[in-house]
Amino acid sequence: MANNRNELNKNLAQMLKGGVIMDVTTPEQAKIAQDAGACAVMALERIPADIRAAGGVSRMSDPAMIKGIQEAVSIPVMAKVRIGHIAEARILQAIDIDYIDESEVLSPADDVYHIDKSRFDVPFVCGAKNLGEALRRIAEGASMIRTKGEPGTGDVIQAVRHMRTMNKQIRELVSLRDDEVYEAAKQLAVPYDLAEYVHDNGRLPVVNFAAGGVATPADAALMMELGAEGVFVGSGIFKSGDPAKRAAAIVQATANWQDADLLARLSENLGEAMVGINEDEIETIMAARGE
Amino acid sequence: MVVAVEYIAKEKSADVASGAESARHGVTGILAVQGAFAEHAAMLDGLGAPWKLLRAAEDFDDSIDRVILPGGESTTQGKLLRATGLFEPIAAHIAAGKPVFGTCAGMILLARRLENDPNVYFGALDAVVRRNAYGRQLGSFAATADFGSAAGDSAVVVAPGEHVPGFAAPSSKAVSGAAADSVRNPDGHTAVGVPSADVVLKDFPLVFIRGPFVAEVGSAVTVATSVDGNVVGLRQGNILATAFHPELTDDTRIHELFLSL
Repeated sequence: MANNRNELNKNLAQMLKGGVIMDVTTPEQAKIAQDAGACAVMALERIPADIRAAGGVSRMSDPAMIKGIQEAVSIPVMAKVRIGHIAEARILQAIDIDYIDESEVLSPADDVYHIDKSRFDVPFVCGAKNLGEALRRIAEGASMIRTKGEPGTGDVIQAVRHMRTMNKQIRELVSLRDDEVYEAAKQLAVPYDLAEYVHDNGRLPVVNFAAGGVATPADAALMMELGAEGVFVGSGIFKSGDPAKRAAAIVQATANWQDADLLARLSENLGEAMVGINEDEIETIMAARGE
Repeated sequence: MVVAVEYIAKEKSADVASGAESARHGVTGILAVQGAFAEHAAMLDGLGAPWKLLRAAEDFDDSIDRVILPGGESTTQGKLLRATGLFEPIAAHIAAGKPVFGTCAGMILLARRLENDPNVYFGALDAVVRRNAYGRQLGSFAATADFGSAAGDSAVVVAPGEHVPGFAAPSSKAVSGAAADSVRNPDGHTAVGVPSADVVLKDFPLVFIRGPFVAEVGSAVTVATSVDGNVVGLRQGNILATAFHPELTDDTRIHELFLSL
């Protein structure tokens, strides 16, 4: 059996399903996340809400900081590179990262091209607002997709919009006659074979998580209801009043999102949620980075 | 094989959902708190075997005859086993000697002790398991090896593409209802042909994802699979444990073996 890296990388995403991937900035936060039941952590110097507040150029995190987090926990550790930044990605591969997020949260390094992810052994997750973006990233070698949402806002509206859009476009593609898929591939600006896969299988060829603006157990449950296979939580946990409790509650809510009685209990006395900003109050639309 | 997204919200196989007589017993409960549980469900659908996801303690009812502990993150699953109250019924099931199959994280949950982690979960498998034994994701790999250790005349060799003796071949597409009934005897159990301990599954495809291996083998277990000198598959009575992921392949033989326990 050949060691097909892309297949093994898609398989790791399958193991993360039903779980919560949490943004952490220190080894202590990483341990809190692991103890709360996170299935992976995203190591970064500043969580999206602080990146947004600080402004300026946001880059890959210090490898020493990422290594500190790798040593602190036994669950997979992910980290972000700027869109199109091939060298940052090579650096993260060199430090044995479990998953690279080619992320719109950081300042893009290239406003035309994404990284050719098929040239890497390490897996990549990429953000998408719609089916076309998702399939283009998969064509470039991404082995996992997440909605972009609008990071660092605590406002779930964009993650909802992106998840609904993607799944609606998938249903539309499924409903086409076989001979109509060629034109659909052209309209979506994606390779025909990927459009055909979605048409035949009714899903993306990789695992699809929700990300961007998830702040409460109810937000996580909403995204699972809309078809997410798991959830990324960025600023929502460590910008809140009681991170350990909120993190554990979001993990349970993601696992048992259909159980409203449980969700009610989980939502009690979580302390202050992150304040958040509404999508029409923000200046930088991160989701517009990299189509 | 990425399974249909519908499996995320699908709680049980068609025959269990419809309350079919055939699904009163012999239902496989699949731990579904986190990880690749849907892949196992799809595998069982392909074999026409009834299944039910275990998300909460009340999902573990009298119909459950066997349990699958799927791959995923063992720390996450361990937390949620406690939080959901599923730990106790599954521990009682294992203690009663009923069939259980753990893949990757499932093997970790079953182990007597973990070499590099203070947690112990079910502690039923007489082995010490090393988590992330092959390192991070860049250490993930695929290989091929036999599953099963019977030697000499007693060995029943099952080649790739063949079915485990006594396990009726499934139809080409997912079977359910009446078709599934023909696979099982009236008790709802799968028909058993030969003692399953003698079965050797030839050239099984092994997929390791940040996988563990067995650092110390206890006297109660039988080594079923080794790769490069490391033990990655074990049997102990009605327990099957693999460090690899049969549910990520299209080879159903280990699932057939499990269903014939």
